[in-house]
Amino acid sequence: MRNRWILFVPLAIMALLFGAFVYRLVTPAETLIQSQWINKPMPLFDLPPATAGVEGLKSSQLADGRPRLVNVFASWCIPCRAEAAQLEALKRAGVPIDGIAIRDRPEDVAAFLNEFGNPFDRIGSDQQSSVQIALGSSGVPETFLIDGKGIIREQIQGVILADDVPRIMAKLEAMK
Amino acid sequence: MKVRLFIAAMMTLTSLPLGAQDRLPPAPYAYQQLNDPAKEAKAKALMETLRCLVCQGQSIADSDAPLAGDMRHEVRTKIAAGESPDAIRKWLVARYGNWVSYDPPFDGATALLWLGPLLFLGVGGWLAFGRFRREGGEEEP
Repeated sequence: MRNRWILFVPLAIMALLFGAFVYRLVTPAETLIQSQWINKPMPLFDLPPATAGVEGLKSSQLADGRPRLVNVFASWCIPCRAEAAQLEALKRAGVPIDGIAIRDRPEDVAAFLNEFGNPFDRIGSDQQSSVQIALGSSGVPETFLIDGKGIIREQIQGVILADDVPRIMAKLEAMK
Repeated sequence: MKVRLFIAAMMTLTSLPLGAQDRLPPAPYAYQQLNDPAKEAKAKALMETLRCLVCQGQSIADSDAPLAGDMRHEVRTKIAAGESPDAIRKWLVARYGNWVSYDPPFDGATALLWLGPLLFLGVGGWLAFGRFRREGGEEEP
């Protein structure tokens, strides 16, 4: 008799499970897969120019002693447009920025740069996402902070917001 | 400014899976099998146990997301070049973590998952044993 409460344990477990299922149905998991390729050297690559008039991008060019950003973007990526002003601000502050254009066509990249400005020193064309995969990147836009030796120090997933700019500059400055 | 920030924030939240419509044809080996049936079989078996980064419930073999197509191209190219499926899985896990593999290793995070059934079996056996013994005991005069 004194252990009658134990009869309710299965019911309680069921209720908990039911609650967990309902919770997950109502708020689906938004899993952002972070790159594990951090504090590691840039994977080796040699990408052709993404559009006429802008140089392509080689991994060996990313270890010239100057900390920099590598922005993974695409002309077809709508959120990438929201990032243009922040990249422009970083460029004006003297941050070297290189781009990797994912699954893009030269004429589309040209139109994108024409409309939203070109903060990039070089843009490599990654038409089969091979460099993106080698970086552990799972979408666009993403931005990688690279130190002067070509080691990846941070991955930023999604759009760089105006609020992020000072922190990015401080972090790159600290790498010098 | 606040409104722009809000819009940018909303775009960030929805950016990765959505808004992805490129105009390029799929990579050569995204939808094309390798000529060597043995290698294709290896690639297929591997692709079925690799998780798509965009459609996160699907394997890259099942997903039509462009990135999944590019990953299939990557896998088939590496298999064609003679790399072993295990090496390719390790290569991807080094980049995306165990998340990308549907074949989780036995480690600290998954120990409970692997040992759970044994644990439950043990607890069940212990409970049953205790019960039988008590009932047996009651029958004795």
